[in-house]
Amino acid sequence: MLSKPLPDAEAQVAELAAKIRPDLTADTALVGIFSGGAWLAERLREVLGIDAPVGMIDVSFYRDDFGEKGLHPQVKPTSIPFEVEGRHLILVDDVLYTGRTTRAALNEIFDYGRPAAVDLAVLADRGGRELPIAAQYCVWDVELDDGEELILEKDEGGTLSWKLGTL
Amino acid sequence: MADLLSTPPTPASPQLGADGRLLHLLSTEGLPRQTITHILDTAKSFLEVSDRDVKKVPLLRGKSVFNLFFENSTRTRTTFEIAAKRLSADVINLDVSRSSTAKGETLLDTIDNLCSMHADMFVVRHATSGAPFLIAEHLARTGRHDIRVVNAGDGRHAHPTQGLLDMYTIRHYKGDFAGLTVAIVGDILHSRVARSDIHALRALGCGEIRAVGPKTLLPAHLEAQGVKVFHNLEEGLKDCDVVIMLRLQNERMDGALLPSASEYFKRFGLTPAKLKLAKPDAIVMHPGPMNRGIEIDSAVADGPQAVILDQVTFGIAVRMAVMSILAGN
Amino acid sequence: MSQTTMKIAIKNGRVVDPRHGIDAPRDLFIADGKIAAVLPAGQTPDGFAADRTLDAAGQLVLPGVVDLAARLPGLEPELEAAVAGGVTRLACPPDSDPPMDEPELVERLVRRAQDAGLARVHPVGALTQGLAGEKLAEMAGLAAEGCVAFSQAKRAVRESQSLLRALQYAATFDFPVWCYPQNLSLARGGVAHDGEVAARLGLPGIPVVAETVAIAQIVELCRATGVRIHLTRLSSAAGVALVRAAKAQGLPLSADVAVHHLHLTDEDIGFFNNLTRVDPPLRTAADRAALREGLADGTLAAVCSDHTPLADDERQVPFGEATPGVSAVELLLPLTLAWAREAGVPLATAVARLTCDPAALLGVAGGDLGAGAPADVVLFDPEATWTADADTLVSRGRNTPFLGRTVTGRTSATLVGGRLVYARQD
Repeated sequence: MLSKPLPDAEAQVAELAAKIRPDLTADTALVGIFSGGAWLAERLREVLGIDAPVGMIDVSFYRDDFGEKGLHPQVKPTSIPFEVEGRHLILVDDVLYTGRTTRAALNEIFDYGRPAAVDLAVLADRGGRELPIAAQYCVWDVELDDGEELILEKDEGGTLSWKLGTL
Repeated sequence: MADLLSTPPTPASPQLGADGRLLHLLSTEGLPRQTITHILDTAKSFLEVSDRDVKKVPLLRGKSVFNLFFENSTRTRTTFEIAAKRLSADVINLDVSRSSTAKGETLLDTIDNLCSMHADMFVVRHATSGAPFLIAEHLARTGRHDIRVVNAGDGRHAHPTQGLLDMYTIRHYKGDFAGLTVAIVGDILHSRVARSDIHALRALGCGEIRAVGPKTLLPAHLEAQGVKVFHNLEEGLKDCDVVIMLRLQNERMDGALLPSASEYFKRFGLTPAKLKLAKPDAIVMHPGPMNRGIEIDSAVADGPQAVILDQVTFGIAVRMAVMSILAGN
Repeated sequence: MSQTTMKIAIKNGRVVDPRHGIDAPRDLFIADGKIAAVLPAGQTPDGFAADRTLDAAGQLVLPGVVDLAARLPGLEPELEAAVAGGVTRLACPPDSDPPMDEPELVERLVRRAQDAGLARVHPVGALTQGLAGEKLAEMAGLAAEGCVAFSQAKRAVRESQSLLRALQYAATFDFPVWCYPQNLSLARGGVAHDGEVAARLGLPGIPVVAETVAIAQIVELCRATGVRIHLTRLSSAAGVALVRAAKAQGLPLSADVAVHHLHLTDEDIGFFNNLTRVDPPLRTAADRAALREGLADGTLAAVCSDHTPLADDERQVPFGEATPGVSAVELLLPLTLAWAREAGVPLATAVARLTCDPAALLGVAGGDLGAGAPADVVLFDPEATWTADADTLVSRGRNTPFLGRTVTGRTSATLVGGRLVYARQD
């Protein structure tokens, strides 16, 4: 259980951007995973001044729990509005947990082409990995109970904040 | 003493589970609005998949989809085949119109046989209204609750994926259904597409649904389904937002229901001049294959208001959505 | 002692014998296969010593049911089903395989039915050879073997001229002709009432005009030939109105209705329930109301089962491909009495439409508990509830839309000619 108040997500965005900035190349593009990762990618693109539009991925069609849970009730169209082939991509998500979502997103990206490299940037890493996946960029290592869930929210003004929910 | 005989149990549609989840897609009748919206929203995401180099997602990997076409339709079968393959399913096409039934095997014998081959989904086309219901009920009765049925057209009854792709098309071009006037023109009596469209349009709150055709091609009591009936194409087209032209089957033109194809075209064929009576931004739809010069003039079919080829593209995405939602429920 | 000579007393029941205007607690005495007496409680005919006494406390004691239409594939099992349903006498339509178009076939059916010793069978002979609607059948020869009427069952006589001649020939001998009032050309391809339900389900429709056009034609042929006509299985309000008008003109015309049409409508088709595939089709609630009204006021002289047992595999097909017909002989009596309760029709009227009225139509004994009449009697428990299903139905056909439904009222014993041919074992 988290005892202290949740950190300021806006400050974390700035911190994450600062970590990414040294590695940016001319052809780096961001791909956010719906929905928190997509907001985050948009913000990072602004802060980092990346030209390429942001790609958005909904991994619903690639999830490995489809057999148990069925199709997600709200599937958003995946949109990668740039050439993936040979590009440096940074996959962006709000929280890294089991790694299964990242796996699904990687699979989907490869159906668009063969990128030169893919890095992973997240705001929070809550451990509990079930696959050999790690984030290259992360600003918050956090421990949560199994029944808890960290949710990134966006208000009308576009400000990001954390909320604690239950799974 | 209570007379139980006088109160027959209300039959529940076998396509919805006890919790309201979609188990089979047999008809658009009785589909809740949110179920239709979910299918259309999901289809929108699949539409994007079809634009990629790799037009395939791994959702139905390992699943076996059997295309059971008791009535030939290469065109419809192909769209289901493409949809299933883009979901990574294994697709087995059975030309049952020639093989088993010719040997005297009953419909349900065929189903039992294919169940033993570990089918996960049946896509069924049959010449008799209600055949897919019989199959769905048989699967439930024999405890095969994991197998899904998609109706790919049964007799004159329903063609729900065509109805849903029509709804997708209308929503794509027109947005909300509330203020729309939709005219369905032609052989409504024999049209499973018309029935599926009417139920879906009503569920989505379409402003006005019109049926246009000669009395020999309109079923009795159409008004009971919330449809305005017109026997004059000019009146029926006036101020429409959407015009759905139906295919006139060759066998209807032999003189029994209509005197001739040319008289039909004069009275009920859609020409550029008649289309002008609809709203200027009206779209023209057709489930295909078209009879040019019979129900539709080539100038309309190839004109700027026709969205007939888009319907085909949307159809793949809608069928992917239906199959993936069913397989996941 | 043989069963026929056994003296039986049925005591403490409520005897309903519309033919003699009786609806009262009475004891019934049977000797030599005939009704000996019907007496108030406590009385016994002089010198009557019962070999067997049946206690009918709480039960209805009715004349055996006379069913105007029951098909009997396999004969004995269906005759067992008949007596289990309280049917002691039935007319068998000629559309058997082969059709009843030769005297030898009729003679064999009658003999086999007699040997079975269950319900009494009155064959209806074929009007035309092979029911093909072309050449006349040997009506006089068929009548000599026991045919009570002539009919095409549900098949057509395509040429109106052929029909006229068949009616003229039947009229020569005053044979009644039973006509199924459906214009088969107008009904062609149809599988359900041409109404909202058929429009919604995409089922080819059978319009009401298929019935009214047929009735109008038959009425005029009846007027022209003077032949006694009985119309089998009405289905529509318009049809009932035409029959009522024709009867008011004094034409020798009668009509009946199948019991399922008193209870079901096309809404019961639900989602293609092929157990509701019947000929004529189930129509609307307004049609059902008119049929009920017509039966109550006597426009329709009788209610029958139109029993058509089908093998299970004949139902393993889509609605439109299913063979029409309902296995109904066991439900005729309880469903008719259910109609009377629901519609507020006197019990005696309902019993009359099941017993003496159809017997009079057939021109045979039956529907009669008067002294000297054949002792065809049913004991019926009006309160018993049961479920119609594969375990309870005797008929080989389980094709009833009431399958799985709870039915109120059940036959407990049936006597034919003073012999106990059915007694329910609980």
